[in-house]
Amino acid sequence: MDWQTLADRLFPQGHQITQHDCVLRGTAQVAGDTVAVIGTTDHTPIGVDIALIQAQAVLDTVRTAPGRPIVLLVDTQGQRLRHRDEMLGINHYMAHLGKCIDFARRQGHPVIGLVYDQALSGGFITSGLMADACHALPDATIRVMGLPAMARITKVPEEKLTDLARHNPVFAPGAGNYLSMGGLEAIWEGDLAAALAASIAQVRAQFAAEGPVDRRSERGSVRGGRRLAQPVARAVRDSAPVQMPPVVAA
Amino acid sequence: MNPVPASSAATLLAVSYLESTARTRLLGVLDPGSFTEYLPPQDRLTSPHLPQLDAPVSFDDGVVIGSGTLAGRRVAIASQEGGFMGGAVGEIHGAKLVGLLQRAVVDRVDAVLLLLDTGGVRLHEANAGLIAVSEVMRAVLDTRAAGIPVFVLIGGSNGCFGGMGIVACCANAIVMSEEGRLALSGPEVIETAHGVEEFDSRDRALVWRTTGGKHRTLIGDAQQLVADDIGAFRAAAHDLLRATATDDRARGPVGLTLDALDAEQAMLARRLERFGDAHDPMEIWSALGIAAPQDLPMLDAQAFTQIVARQRKEL
Repeated sequence: MDWQTLADRLFPQGHQITQHDCVLRGTAQVAGDTVAVIGTTDHTPIGVDIALIQAQAVLDTVRTAPGRPIVLLVDTQGQRLRHRDEMLGINHYMAHLGKCIDFARRQGHPVIGLVYDQALSGGFITSGLMADACHALPDATIRVMGLPAMARITKVPEEKLTDLARHNPVFAPGAGNYLSMGGLEAIWEGDLAAALAASIAQVRAQFAAEGPVDRRSERGSVRGGRRLAQPVARAVRDSAPVQMPPVVAA
Repeated sequence: MNPVPASSAATLLAVSYLESTARTRLLGVLDPGSFTEYLPPQDRLTSPHLPQLDAPVSFDDGVVIGSGTLAGRRVAIASQEGGFMGGAVGEIHGAKLVGLLQRAVVDRVDAVLLLLDTGGVRLHEANAGLIAVSEVMRAVLDTRAAGIPVFVLIGGSNGCFGGMGIVACCANAIVMSEEGRLALSGPEVIETAHGVEEFDSRDRALVWRTTGGKHRTLIGDAQQLVADDIGAFRAAAHDLLRATATDDRARGPVGLTLDALDAEQAMLARRLERFGDAHDPMEIWSALGIAAPQDLPMLDAQAFTQIVARQRKEL
Protein backbone atom coordinates (compact mmCIF):
# COMPACT_ATOMS: atom_id res chain seq x y z
CA MET A 1 0.00 0.00 0.00
CA ASP A 2 1.44 3.43 -0.87
CA TRP A 3 1.71 5.83 2.03
CA GLN A 4 -0.91 8.29 0.74
CA THR A 5 -3.56 5.57 0.60
CA LEU A 6 -2.43 4.34 4.00
CA ALA A 7 -2.55 7.84 5.49
CA ASP A 8 -6.08 8.41 4.17
CA ARG A 9 -7.26 5.20 5.80
CA LEU A 10 -5.35 5.73 9.07
CA PHE A 11 -6.25 9.40 9.45
CA PRO A 12 -9.70 10.04 7.96
CA GLN A 13 -9.99 13.14 10.17
CA GLY A 14 -7.08 14.64 8.28
CA HIS A 15 -3.32 14.68 8.11
CA GLN A 16 -0.48 17.03 7.22
CA ILE A 17 2.23 14.57 6.19
CA THR A 18 4.91 15.54 3.72
CA GLN A 19 7.49 13.43 1.94
CA HIS A 20 11.08 14.63 1.56
CA ASP A 21 13.16 12.13 -0.34
CA CYS A 22 11.96 8.93 1.33
CA VAL A 23 11.23 10.38 4.76
CA LEU A 24 7.67 11.03 5.94
CA ARG A 25 7.03 13.65 8.56
CA GLY A 26 4.07 15.61 9.83
CA THR A 27 1.02 15.52 12.03
CA ALA A 28 -2.40 13.92 11.82
CA GLN A 29 -5.70 13.86 13.67
CA VAL A 30 -6.78 10.73 15.52
CA ALA A 31 -10.02 10.69 17.53
CA GLY A 32 -9.86 14.47 17.85
CA ASP A 33 -6.26 14.38 19.05
CA THR A 34 -3.10 15.47 17.20
CA VAL A 35 -0.42 12.84 16.64
CA ALA A 36 3.11 13.15 15.25
CA VAL A 37 3.86 11.02 12.21
CA ILE A 38 7.41 9.89 11.40
CA GLY A 39 8.23 7.30 8.77
CA THR A 40 9.85 6.17 5.57
CA THR A 41 8.62 4.98 2.19
CA ASP A 42 9.75 3.24 -1.02
CA HIS A 43 11.52 0.54 1.06
CA THR A 44 14.29 3.05 1.60
CA PRO A 45 17.40 1.83 3.38
CA ILE A 46 18.06 3.65 6.67
CA GLY A 47 21.47 5.31 6.57
CA VAL A 48 23.09 7.84 8.85
CA ASP A 49 21.25 10.77 7.23
CA ILE A 50 17.73 9.37 7.57
CA ALA A 51 18.35 8.08 11.11
CA LEU A 52 19.45 11.57 12.15
CA ILE A 53 16.45 13.27 10.53
CA GLN A 54 14.06 10.88 12.25
CA ALA A 55 15.80 11.31 15.60
CA GLN A 56 15.43 15.08 15.25
CA ALA A 57 11.72 14.66 14.52
CA VAL A 58 11.30 12.63 17.72
CA LEU A 59 13.24 15.16 19.81
CA ASP A 60 11.23 18.05 18.31
CA THR A 61 8.01 16.31 19.31
CA VAL A 62 9.23 15.66 22.85
CA ARG A 63 10.28 19.29 23.25
CA THR A 64 7.31 21.03 21.66
CA ALA A 65 4.37 18.70 22.29
CA PRO A 66 4.64 16.78 25.58
CA GLY A 67 2.61 13.58 25.63
CA ARG A 68 1.70 13.74 21.94
CA PRO A 69 1.40 10.23 20.45
CA ILE A 70 4.02 9.33 17.87
CA VAL A 71 3.07 7.08 14.94
CA LEU A 72 6.00 5.37 13.19
CA LEU A 73 5.19 4.30 9.62
CA VAL A 74 7.69 1.59 8.70
CA ASP A 75 8.74 0.70 5.18
CA THR A 76 12.44 -0.05 4.86
CA GLN A 77 14.71 -2.65 3.32
CA GLY A 78 16.88 -2.33 6.43
CA GLN A 79 20.04 -0.47 7.29
CA ARG A 80 21.97 1.12 4.45
CA LEU A 81 24.71 -1.26 3.34
CA ARG A 82 27.44 1.19 2.38
CA HIS A 83 31.02 1.72 3.45
CA ARG A 84 30.35 5.42 4.09
CA ASP A 85 27.65 4.67 6.63
CA GLU A 86 29.82 2.17 8.49
CA MET A 87 32.78 4.55 8.49
CA LEU A 88 30.63 7.29 10.02
CA GLY A 89 29.28 4.92 12.68
CA ILE A 90 25.80 4.01 11.46
CA ASN A 91 25.29 1.84 14.54
CA HIS A 92 25.65 4.95 16.68
CA TYR A 93 23.20 6.91 14.51
CA MET A 94 20.66 4.13 14.72
CA ALA A 95 21.19 3.68 18.44
CA HIS A 96 20.61 7.41 18.83
CA LEU A 97 17.29 7.12 16.97
CA GLY A 98 16.34 4.18 19.17
CA LYS A 99 17.29 6.10 22.32
CA CYS A 100 15.22 9.12 21.24
CA ILE A 101 12.18 6.90 20.74
CA ASP A 102 12.83 5.16 24.06
CA PHE A 103 13.10 8.50 25.81
CA ALA A 104 9.84 9.67 24.25
CA ARG A 105 8.10 6.53 25.55
CA ARG A 106 9.45 7.13 29.04
CA GLN A 107 8.18 10.71 28.93
CA GLY A 108 4.68 9.38 28.29
CA HIS A 109 4.42 9.75 24.52
CA PRO A 110 2.53 6.68 23.29
CA VAL A 111 4.65 5.34 20.43
CA ILE A 112 2.77 3.22 17.90
CA GLY A 113 4.57 1.42 15.08
CA LEU A 114 2.96 0.21 11.87
CA VAL A 115 4.79 -1.90 9.31
CA TYR A 116 2.78 -1.07 6.19
CA ASP A 117 5.11 -2.62 3.62
CA GLN A 118 8.59 -3.93 4.48
CA ALA A 119 10.64 -4.11 7.65
CA LEU A 120 14.11 -5.54 7.87
CA SER A 121 16.69 -5.97 10.55
CA GLY A 122 18.47 -2.77 11.58
CA GLY A 123 15.80 -0.59 10.02
CA PHE A 124 13.18 -2.30 12.17
CA ILE A 125 15.08 -2.64 15.44
CA THR A 126 15.36 1.15 15.85
CA SER A 127 11.85 1.96 14.62
CA GLY A 128 8.89 -0.39 15.02
CA LEU A 129 10.64 -2.58 17.56
CA MET A 130 11.21 0.47 19.80
CA ALA A 131 7.48 1.33 19.85
CA ASP A 132 5.19 0.66 22.79
CA ALA A 133 3.09 -1.37 20.39
CA CYS A 134 4.06 -2.37 16.88
CA HIS A 135 1.52 -3.55 14.35
CA ALA A 136 1.59 -4.65 10.73
CA LEU A 137 -0.68 -4.85 7.73
CA PRO A 138 -1.45 -8.46 6.78
CA ASP A 139 0.80 -8.60 3.72
CA ALA A 140 3.74 -6.79 5.31
CA THR A 141 7.14 -8.41 4.88
CA ILE A 142 9.25 -8.62 8.02
CA ARG A 143 12.59 -10.38 8.08
CA VAL A 144 16.17 -10.15 9.24
CA MET A 145 18.24 -10.39 6.07
CA GLY A 146 18.01 -11.45 2.44
CA LEU A 147 18.60 -15.15 1.96
CA PRO A 148 21.72 -14.87 -0.27
CA ALA A 149 23.58 -12.81 2.33
CA MET A 150 22.27 -15.10 5.07
CA ALA A 151 23.56 -18.16 3.21
CA ARG A 152 26.98 -16.58 2.92
CA ILE A 153 27.17 -15.77 6.62
CA THR A 154 25.70 -18.99 8.03
CA LYS A 155 27.40 -21.25 5.45
CA VAL A 156 24.05 -23.02 5.10
CA PRO A 157 23.22 -23.57 1.38
CA GLU A 158 20.73 -21.05 -0.02
CA GLU A 159 18.42 -23.83 -1.25
CA LYS A 160 18.13 -25.21 2.26
CA LEU A 161 17.42 -21.75 3.66
CA THR A 162 14.77 -21.13 1.00
CA ASP A 163 13.15 -24.43 1.87
CA LEU A 164 13.22 -23.78 5.64
CA ALA A 165 11.85 -20.27 5.20
CA ARG A 166 8.68 -21.77 3.72
CA HIS A 167 7.52 -23.52 6.86
CA ASN A 168 9.66 -22.54 9.86
CA PRO A 169 8.09 -19.75 11.96
CA VAL A 170 11.37 -18.70 13.58
CA PHE A 171 12.97 -18.51 10.21
CA ALA A 172 10.28 -17.53 7.75
CA PRO A 173 9.57 -13.90 6.94
CA GLY A 174 6.09 -12.56 7.51
CA ALA A 175 3.93 -10.62 9.92
CA GLY A 176 2.16 -13.72 11.28
CA ASN A 177 5.38 -15.17 12.61
CA TYR A 178 6.35 -11.92 14.32
CA LEU A 179 2.89 -11.83 15.86
CA SER A 180 3.23 -15.32 17.33
CA MET A 181 6.67 -14.45 18.70
CA GLY A 182 5.41 -11.31 20.40
CA GLY A 183 7.34 -8.91 18.17
CA LEU A 184 4.05 -7.51 16.90
CA GLU A 185 1.11 -6.54 19.05
CA ALA A 186 -1.48 -7.22 16.33
CA ILE A 187 -2.10 -7.38 12.61
CA TRP A 188 -4.46 -4.66 11.48
CA GLU A 189 -7.24 -5.35 9.01
CA GLY A 190 -10.41 -3.41 8.24
CA ASP A 191 -10.84 -0.06 10.00
CA LEU A 192 -7.24 1.13 10.45
CA ALA A 193 -8.29 4.43 12.05
CA ALA A 194 -10.23 2.64 14.76
CA ALA A 195 -7.35 0.22 15.36
CA LEU A 196 -4.91 3.11 15.75
CA ALA A 197 -7.16 5.03 18.13
CA ALA A 198 -7.68 1.91 20.22
CA SER A 199 -3.95 1.19 20.34
CA ILE A 200 -3.11 4.72 21.49
CA ALA A 201 -5.73 4.50 24.22
CA GLN A 202 -4.44 1.09 25.31
CA VAL A 203 -0.82 2.23 25.44
CA ARG A 204 -1.79 5.31 27.44
CA ALA A 205 -3.67 3.17 29.94
CA GLN A 206 -0.82 0.68 30.23
CA PHE A 207 1.74 3.45 30.71
CA ALA A 208 -0.37 5.05 33.42
CA ALA A 209 -0.69 1.72 35.21
CA GLU A 210 2.79 0.21 34.79
CA GLY A 211 5.18 2.64 33.07
CA PRO A 212 7.14 1.74 29.93
CA VAL A 213 7.18 -2.07 30.25
CA ASP A 214 8.26 -4.49 27.53
CA ARG A 215 5.66 -7.26 27.22
CA ARG A 216 6.96 -8.93 24.09
CA SER A 217 8.54 -12.02 25.62
CA GLU A 218 5.36 -12.59 27.63
CA ARG A 219 3.29 -12.37 24.42
CA GLY A 220 5.69 -14.70 22.63
CA SER A 221 5.35 -17.22 25.42
CA VAL A 222 1.54 -17.02 25.60
CA ARG A 223 1.15 -17.14 21.82
CA GLY A 224 3.56 -20.06 21.55
CA GLY A 225 5.97 -18.64 18.97
CA ARG A 226 8.81 -17.87 21.36
CA ARG A 227 8.25 -19.92 24.45
CA LEU A 228 11.58 -19.78 26.24
CA ALA A 229 12.54 -16.10 26.25
CA GLN A 230 10.29 -15.08 29.13
CA PRO A 231 10.90 -18.03 31.48
CA VAL A 232 14.68 -17.78 30.97
CA ALA A 233 14.82 -14.02 31.62
CA ARG A 234 12.53 -14.40 34.62
CA ALA A 235 14.61 -17.22 36.09
CA VAL A 236 17.71 -15.04 35.94
CA ARG A 237 15.93 -11.98 37.31
CA ASP A 238 14.32 -13.85 40.20
CA SER A 239 17.25 -16.20 40.86
CA ALA A 240 14.89 -19.14 40.44
CA PRO A 241 14.80 -22.29 38.32
CA VAL A 242 13.50 -21.94 34.75
CA GLN A 243 9.76 -22.59 34.71
CA MET A 244 8.99 -24.10 31.34
CA PRO A 245 5.69 -22.87 29.91
CA PRO A 246 2.94 -25.38 29.19
CA VAL A 247 2.83 -26.56 25.60
CA VAL A 248 0.14 -24.73 23.65
CA ALA A 249 -1.47 -25.68 20.39
CA ALA A 250 0.20 -24.00 17.45
CA MET B 1 37.87 -5.46 49.21
CA ASN B 2 40.74 -5.33 46.79
CA PRO B 3 42.30 -1.84 46.71
CA VAL B 4 44.59 -2.64 43.76
CA PRO B 5 43.18 -0.86 40.68
CA ALA B 6 44.31 -3.41 38.13
CA SER B 7 45.49 -6.91 38.73
CA SER B 8 49.23 -6.37 39.14
CA ALA B 9 49.92 -9.88 37.89
CA ALA B 10 48.16 -9.05 34.63
CA THR B 11 50.18 -5.86 34.26
CA LEU B 12 53.37 -7.81 34.50
CA LEU B 13 52.22 -10.61 32.26
CA ALA B 14 49.73 -9.49 29.64
CA VAL B 15 47.02 -12.01 28.78
CA SER B 16 45.55 -11.44 25.33
CA TYR B 17 41.87 -10.55 25.60
CA LEU B 18 41.46 -11.35 21.91
CA GLU B 19 42.71 -14.89 22.25
CA SER B 20 40.97 -15.73 25.52
CA THR B 21 37.64 -17.48 25.95
CA ALA B 22 34.57 -15.70 27.30
CA ARG B 23 35.09 -17.28 30.72
CA THR B 24 38.77 -16.35 30.94
CA ARG B 25 37.98 -12.74 30.07
CA LEU B 26 35.19 -12.55 32.60
CA LEU B 27 37.23 -14.10 35.41
CA GLY B 28 40.18 -11.86 34.58
CA VAL B 29 38.08 -8.70 34.74
CA LEU B 30 36.55 -9.63 38.12
CA ASP B 31 38.22 -9.99 41.51
CA PRO B 32 39.54 -13.54 41.94
CA GLY B 33 36.98 -15.91 43.42
CA SER B 34 34.14 -13.38 43.31
CA PHE B 35 32.14 -14.75 40.37
CA THR B 36 28.76 -16.45 40.74
CA GLU B 37 27.27 -17.74 37.50
CA TYR B 38 23.55 -17.67 36.70
CA LEU B 39 22.15 -20.54 34.61
CA PRO B 40 25.53 -22.26 34.35
CA PRO B 41 26.27 -24.91 31.71
CA GLN B 42 25.22 -27.62 34.20
CA ASP B 43 21.64 -26.42 33.63
CA ARG B 44 22.01 -27.42 29.97
CA LEU B 45 19.75 -24.71 28.66
CA THR B 46 20.24 -25.07 24.92
CA SER B 47 18.72 -23.48 21.86
CA PRO B 48 15.51 -25.17 20.69
CA HIS B 49 16.08 -23.88 17.15
CA LEU B 50 19.62 -24.90 16.20
CA PRO B 51 18.97 -28.64 15.88
CA GLN B 52 16.59 -27.94 12.96
CA LEU B 53 19.58 -26.67 10.99
CA ASP B 54 21.79 -29.54 12.13
CA ALA B 55 23.82 -26.92 13.99
CA PRO B 56 25.55 -27.72 17.31
CA VAL B 57 24.20 -26.39 20.59
CA SER B 58 26.05 -25.06 23.64
CA PHE B 59 25.08 -25.62 27.27
CA ASP B 60 25.30 -21.90 27.99
CA ASP B 61 23.98 -20.85 24.55
CA GLY B 62 27.13 -18.86 23.99
CA VAL B 63 26.97 -16.39 26.87
CA VAL B 64 28.21 -16.52 30.46
CA ILE B 65 26.27 -14.38 32.92
CA GLY B 66 26.47 -13.74 36.63
CA SER B 67 27.70 -11.38 39.31
CA GLY B 68 30.94 -10.58 41.06
CA THR B 69 33.09 -7.75 42.26
CA LEU B 70 35.65 -5.50 40.58
CA ALA B 71 37.97 -3.90 43.13
CA GLY B 72 35.25 -4.60 45.64
CA ARG B 73 32.40 -2.99 43.71
CA ARG B 74 29.42 -5.17 42.89
CA VAL B 75 28.80 -5.74 39.21
CA ALA B 76 26.52 -7.82 37.02
CA ILE B 77 28.52 -9.21 34.13
CA ALA B 78 27.99 -11.02 30.83
CA SER B 79 30.59 -12.39 28.46
CA GLN B 80 29.77 -13.64 24.97
CA GLU B 81 31.65 -16.67 23.63
CA GLY B 82 32.72 -15.82 20.10
CA GLY B 83 33.73 -19.41 19.52
CA PHE B 84 30.10 -20.51 19.55
CA MET B 85 28.05 -19.32 16.56
CA GLY B 86 30.18 -16.18 16.40
CA GLY B 87 28.74 -14.97 19.68
CA ALA B 88 25.45 -14.37 17.94
CA VAL B 89 22.25 -13.74 19.88
CA GLY B 90 19.51 -16.37 19.80
CA GLU B 91 16.36 -16.69 21.89
CA ILE B 92 18.01 -18.07 25.04
CA HIS B 93 21.24 -16.11 24.71
CA GLY B 94 19.22 -12.88 24.45
CA ALA B 95 16.91 -13.82 27.31
CA LYS B 96 19.94 -14.45 29.57
CA LEU B 97 21.18 -10.93 28.81
CA VAL B 98 17.74 -9.44 29.44
CA GLY B 99 17.40 -11.35 32.71
CA LEU B 100 20.85 -10.19 33.85
CA LEU B 101 20.02 -6.55 33.14
CA GLN B 102 16.72 -6.87 35.03
CA ARG B 103 18.41 -8.57 37.96
CA ALA B 104 21.01 -5.80 38.07
CA VAL B 105 18.14 -3.43 38.86
CA VAL B 106 16.69 -5.75 41.50
CA ASP B 107 20.10 -6.25 43.16
CA ARG B 108 21.08 -2.57 42.80
CA VAL B 109 24.60 -3.44 41.65
CA ASP B 110 27.10 -0.65 41.00
CA ALA B 111 27.25 -1.34 37.25
CA VAL B 112 26.66 -3.85 34.49
CA LEU B 113 29.62 -4.97 32.39
CA LEU B 114 28.87 -6.44 28.95
CA LEU B 115 31.85 -8.19 27.36
CA LEU B 116 30.55 -8.31 23.79
CA ASP B 117 32.03 -10.55 21.09
CA THR B 118 29.29 -11.00 18.56
CA GLY B 119 28.10 -10.90 14.98
CA GLY B 120 24.67 -9.70 16.18
CA VAL B 121 21.44 -11.57 15.52
CA ARG B 122 21.95 -15.33 15.27
CA LEU B 123 20.69 -15.85 11.74
CA HIS B 124 19.87 -19.49 12.51
CA GLU B 125 17.18 -18.13 14.83
CA ALA B 126 16.52 -15.13 12.63
CA ASN B 127 13.18 -13.74 13.82
CA ALA B 128 13.58 -14.81 17.45
CA GLY B 129 17.10 -13.40 17.44
CA LEU B 130 16.02 -10.03 16.08
CA ILE B 131 13.31 -9.61 18.71
CA ALA B 132 15.76 -10.80 21.38
CA VAL B 133 18.31 -8.13 20.42
CA SER B 134 15.54 -5.53 20.55
CA GLU B 135 14.67 -6.71 24.06
CA VAL B 136 18.32 -6.46 25.12
CA MET B 137 18.44 -2.92 23.73
CA ARG B 138 15.42 -1.90 25.76
CA ALA B 139 16.66 -3.73 28.85
CA VAL B 140 19.94 -1.75 28.68
CA LEU B 141 17.94 1.48 28.60
CA ASP B 142 15.67 0.24 31.42
CA THR B 143 18.73 -0.49 33.54
CA ARG B 144 20.17 2.95 32.84
CA ALA B 145 16.81 4.54 33.62
CA ALA B 146 16.97 2.79 37.01
CA GLY B 147 20.25 4.61 37.68
CA ILE B 148 22.60 1.70 37.04
CA PRO B 149 25.30 2.36 34.43
CA VAL B 150 26.07 -0.16 31.69
CA PHE B 151 29.60 -0.43 30.31
CA VAL B 152 30.59 -2.34 27.18
CA LEU B 153 33.99 -3.97 26.56
CA ILE B 154 34.90 -4.95 22.98
CA GLY B 155 38.07 -6.81 22.08
CA GLY B 156 37.10 -10.25 20.80
CA SER B 157 37.70 -11.67 17.36
CA ASN B 158 34.07 -11.27 16.28
CA GLY B 159 33.99 -7.60 17.22
CA CYS B 160 30.55 -6.19 17.96
CA PHE B 161 28.29 -6.18 14.93
CA GLY B 162 24.67 -6.14 13.85
CA GLY B 163 22.02 -5.26 16.37
CA MET B 164 24.56 -5.66 19.18
CA GLY B 165 26.58 -2.84 17.61
CA ILE B 166 23.48 -0.75 18.20
CA VAL B 167 23.07 -2.10 21.74
CA ALA B 168 26.68 -1.13 22.52
CA CYS B 169 25.90 2.49 21.64
CA CYS B 170 23.00 2.42 24.10
CA ALA B 171 25.43 1.86 26.98
CA ASN B 172 27.03 4.60 29.11
CA ALA B 173 30.53 3.95 27.78
CA ILE B 174 32.47 1.65 25.47
CA VAL B 175 36.03 0.41 25.99
CA MET B 176 37.78 -1.13 22.98
CA SER B 177 41.09 -2.56 22.01
CA GLU B 178 42.50 -1.81 18.58
CA GLU B 179 41.74 -5.40 17.66
CA GLY B 180 38.10 -4.95 18.63
CA ARG B 181 35.70 -3.86 15.92
CA LEU B 182 32.40 -2.03 16.26
CA ALA B 183 29.96 -1.57 13.38
CA LEU B 184 26.53 -2.52 12.08
CA SER B 185 26.81 -4.54 8.87
CA GLY B 186 29.86 -6.71 8.42
CA PRO B 187 32.11 -6.01 5.41
CA GLU B 188 31.06 -9.34 3.88
CA VAL B 189 27.41 -8.35 3.95
CA ILE B 190 28.15 -5.01 2.31
CA GLU B 191 30.34 -6.66 -0.28
CA THR B 192 27.57 -9.17 -1.05
CA ALA B 193 25.06 -6.36 -1.48
CA HIS B 194 27.10 -3.84 -3.47
CA GLY B 195 30.25 -5.54 -4.69
CA VAL B 196 33.89 -5.57 -3.82
CA GLU B 197 34.33 -1.98 -5.07
CA GLU B 198 32.01 -0.77 -2.30
CA PHE B 199 33.80 -2.57 0.54
CA ASP B 200 36.52 -5.16 0.00
CA SER B 201 36.02 -7.50 2.94
CA ARG B 202 39.44 -9.07 2.31
CA ASP B 203 41.26 -5.75 2.66
CA ARG B 204 42.06 -6.23 6.35
CA ALA B 205 43.68 -2.82 6.72
CA LEU B 206 40.57 -1.10 5.32
CA VAL B 207 38.29 -3.20 7.54
CA TRP B 208 40.24 -2.19 10.65
CA ARG B 209 40.51 1.44 9.60
CA THR B 210 36.74 1.51 9.18
CA THR B 211 35.52 -0.54 12.16
CA GLY B 212 38.50 -0.93 14.51
CA GLY B 213 38.99 0.45 17.99
CA LYS B 214 41.22 3.33 17.00
CA HIS B 215 38.79 4.79 14.48
CA ARG B 216 35.86 4.34 16.87
CA THR B 217 37.80 6.05 19.64
CA LEU B 218 38.88 8.90 17.38
CA ILE B 219 35.37 9.73 16.22
CA GLY B 220 34.06 9.43 19.77
CA ASP B 221 31.95 6.25 19.64
CA ALA B 222 34.31 4.46 22.04
CA GLN B 223 35.44 6.32 25.15
CA GLN B 224 38.73 4.53 25.72
CA LEU B 225 41.25 2.48 23.74
CA VAL B 226 43.20 -0.15 25.67
CA ALA B 227 45.88 -2.69 24.81
CA ASP B 228 44.88 -6.25 23.98
CA ASP B 229 45.29 -7.34 27.58
CA ILE B 230 42.64 -8.55 30.02
CA GLY B 231 44.32 -6.52 32.78
CA ALA B 232 44.01 -3.35 30.68
CA PHE B 233 40.29 -3.99 30.16
CA ARG B 234 39.89 -4.59 33.89
CA ALA B 235 41.70 -1.32 34.68
CA ALA B 236 39.52 0.61 32.21
CA ALA B 237 36.33 -0.92 33.63
CA HIS B 238 37.54 -0.03 37.10
CA ASP B 239 38.16 3.58 36.04
CA LEU B 240 34.61 3.80 34.74
CA LEU B 241 33.21 2.31 37.96
CA ARG B 242 35.25 4.68 40.08
CA ALA B 243 34.14 7.69 38.08
CA THR B 244 30.55 6.57 38.55
CA ALA B 245 30.94 6.34 42.29
CA THR B 246 32.94 9.48 42.98
CA ASP B 247 32.21 11.94 40.23
CA ASP B 248 28.45 12.17 40.28
CA ARG B 249 28.15 15.61 38.75
CA ALA B 250 30.87 15.29 36.13
CA ARG B 251 29.54 12.09 34.61
CA GLY B 252 25.97 13.32 34.31
CA PRO B 253 22.81 11.29 34.84
CA VAL B 254 23.04 7.55 34.21
CA GLY B 255 19.79 7.45 32.27
CA LEU B 256 18.83 9.34 29.13
CA THR B 257 17.95 13.02 29.33
CA LEU B 258 16.64 15.42 26.73
CA ASP B 259 19.72 17.60 27.06
CA ALA B 260 22.05 14.65 26.55
CA LEU B 261 20.08 13.47 23.51
CA ASP B 262 20.13 17.00 22.05
CA ALA B 263 23.89 17.09 22.54
CA GLU B 264 24.27 13.69 20.89
CA GLN B 265 22.09 14.85 17.98
CA ALA B 266 24.32 17.89 17.54
CA MET B 267 27.50 15.81 17.73
CA LEU B 268 26.24 13.32 15.13
CA ALA B 269 25.08 16.16 12.85
CA ARG B 270 28.50 17.79 13.16
CA ARG B 271 30.17 14.50 12.27
CA LEU B 272 28.04 14.20 9.11
CA GLU B 273 28.77 17.77 8.16
CA ARG B 274 32.52 17.48 8.66
CA PHE B 275 33.18 13.97 7.43
CA GLY B 276 30.17 13.06 5.29
CA ASP B 277 32.16 13.40 2.07
CA ALA B 278 35.19 11.39 3.23
CA HIS B 279 35.99 8.21 1.32
CA ASP B 280 38.46 6.66 3.72
CA PRO B 281 38.75 6.88 7.51
CA MET B 282 42.26 8.27 7.06
CA GLU B 283 40.74 11.43 5.56
CA ILE B 284 38.73 11.81 8.77
CA TRP B 285 41.83 11.33 10.94
CA SER B 286 43.60 13.93 8.86
CA ALA B 287 40.70 16.37 9.21
CA LEU B 288 40.83 15.77 12.96
CA GLY B 289 44.37 17.12 12.95
CA ILE B 290 46.31 13.87 13.16
CA ALA B 291 49.61 14.83 11.53
CA ALA B 292 50.57 11.41 10.19
CA PRO B 293 47.33 9.42 9.84
CA GLN B 294 49.09 6.64 7.96
CA ASP B 295 51.13 5.91 11.10
CA LEU B 296 48.12 5.68 13.41
CA PRO B 297 47.54 1.92 13.01
CA MET B 298 51.13 1.30 14.17
CA LEU B 299 50.83 3.12 17.52
CA ASP B 300 50.32 1.18 20.73
CA ALA B 301 47.32 2.05 22.90
CA GLN B 302 49.25 4.38 25.20
CA ALA B 303 50.92 6.38 22.41
CA PHE B 304 47.61 6.53 20.55
CA THR B 305 45.75 7.82 23.61
CA GLN B 306 48.29 10.60 24.13
CA ILE B 307 48.16 11.74 20.51
CA VAL B 308 44.40 11.77 20.19
CA ALA B 309 43.60 13.34 23.58
CA ARG B 310 43.66 16.83 22.09
CA GLN B 311 41.83 16.03 18.83
CA ARG B 312 38.94 14.28 20.54
CA LYS B 313 38.02 17.40 22.48
CA GLU B 314 36.98 18.99 19.19
CA LEU B 315 34.27 16.46 18.40
